Amino acid sequence: MAGPSTPQTPPAGVGGAGPAGDRGRPVGRRVVLGMLGLGAAGVVAGRRIGDGVAAVARPLTSRAPAGLASLVPGGDGFRIYTVTDGFPADDPATWRLTVDGLVATPATYTLADLQAMPRTRLVRDFQCVTGWRVPGVAWEGVTLQALIDRSSPHPAATAVRFESFDGTYTESLTLAQAARPDVIVADRMQGRPLSDEHGGPARLYVAPMYGYKSCKWLSRITLTPRVEPGYWETEGNYDVDAWVGASNGRDDPATG
Amino acid sequence: MTTPPPAEPGGPAALTRFDRAERVAHWVTAGLVVTLAATGAALSSGTLMALVGRRRAVELVHLAAGLALPLPVLVGLAGRGLRADLGRLNRWSSDDVAWLRAALHAAAERRRRHAGLVVGKFNAGQKLNAAFTAGAGLVMLGTGVIMYWFHPWPLAWRSGATTTHDWLALAVVVVAAGHVRFALRDPEALRSMRTGRIGRDWAARHAPGWLAEQPRPGEAATAQPAAAEPAAAEP
Repeated sequence: MAGPSTPQTPPAGVGGAGPAGDRGRPVGRRVVLGMLGLGAAGVVAGRRIGDGVAAVARPLTSRAPAGLASLVPGGDGFRIYTVTDGFPADDPATWRLTVDGLVATPATYTLADLQAMPRTRLVRDFQCVTGWRVPGVAWEGVTLQALIDRSSPHPAATAVRFESFDGTYTESLTLAQAARPDVIVADRMQGRPLSDEHGGPARLYVAPMYGYKSCKWLSRITLTPRVEPGYWETEGNYDVDAWVGASNGRDDPATG
Repeated sequence: MTTPPPAEPGGPAALTRFDRAERVAHWVTAGLVVTLAATGAALSSGTLMALVGRRRAVELVHLAAGLALPLPVLVGLAGRGLRADLGRLNRWSSDDVAWLRAALHAAAERRRRHAGLVVGKFNAGQKLNAAFTAGAGLVMLGTGVIMYWFHPWPLAWRSGATTTHDWLALAVVVVAAGHVRFALRDPEALRSMRTGRIGRDWAARHAPGWLAEQPRPGEAATAQPAAAEPAAAEP
């Protein structure tokens, strides 16, 4: 395109506004380029801006109805994922968690059973591989290791598969990953019973890994001879070992 | 051929405001934007996700519509009408700047300040809307690509892309709603995006600088409007 024109430029037939000879300046192009610059700045600096906005908004949005807060970007921080029709709500009174597979003693737990076991509380970030992050979420539940140990895994077991009662979503960890103290079956979040949209009555929370490992609506834990890739690892190009900051194409430090 | 019958709104002396390529590009883009807004709302709102579910399918529809977004305009560039109009939208006269400043004032003062300013085929508000929409579309496309094909990008960039995508989406919805509101308040202008034709009276009220470029009604029968436009610059 031509550079900025001067008032002496002959009429060129575009614009048609202003005195004869005023072809005008390419303001449109400058606005577009300016927005591209702002967009690039938003990508590079947006995490800090987004965290700041979320921190300012949290006292307001935490009191607003949950649905309202979720319409505002960064409202309650979480984006809700479900890969089936709606949320597969289950009655906490009838919900059961099964531990089976390569174990000596399969077991079934009620919510009350989990609440009677030694409890673990973690305050950790929830980081999605696509970029969004909720800082400092309070999680409460029992360690996965405690549940596995109670069923005495067979020596041939090297991995754990998790099933959601949505009937579709699965995830997995190696037995060593599952033994970490920051991997829990959580039934409380932010001081409240885990809601349907966050995967209640209970979900997995794998603190050192991206969110897709933290299987929601957990109903079954199966000890397996080898790692079986989960839902997003089969559907999309997601790493099975999903360490935050050390997988999925990057080995830079985790945000926050 | 887009030549309307004499009964067409605007009468036989009506002007061609948008040619067929521009109209098709407009409506296909509009359909894509509505699809993107609906699927994007479901992806970012837990309340809507609860109603819709099937995140993977919603993601793929959103992705396809987003990647297709530039295509109608790129294809439309093959037509002379869209190229000429993009040139008009890009160029701002000093009157355009004055017009936009005046638009910030209350109605009476705005009318006083607008008097005497030459408005061409597009006023400065339409030019600003076009530039914003083009820039926003490109930024949404770029940030969306980072969010979907996340592997090459640092985690902080993925977060920044998400934040930028979210907030710009809100701005786009607000601006697009304003665009629709203006269209609904001016049925003749809205109809011209369907039929391509607009009356000389309308042009005299809203785009006098453009009307002055047009051949007079007597000449219109012999000159093809699209071909005559670029040559008719003398006010």
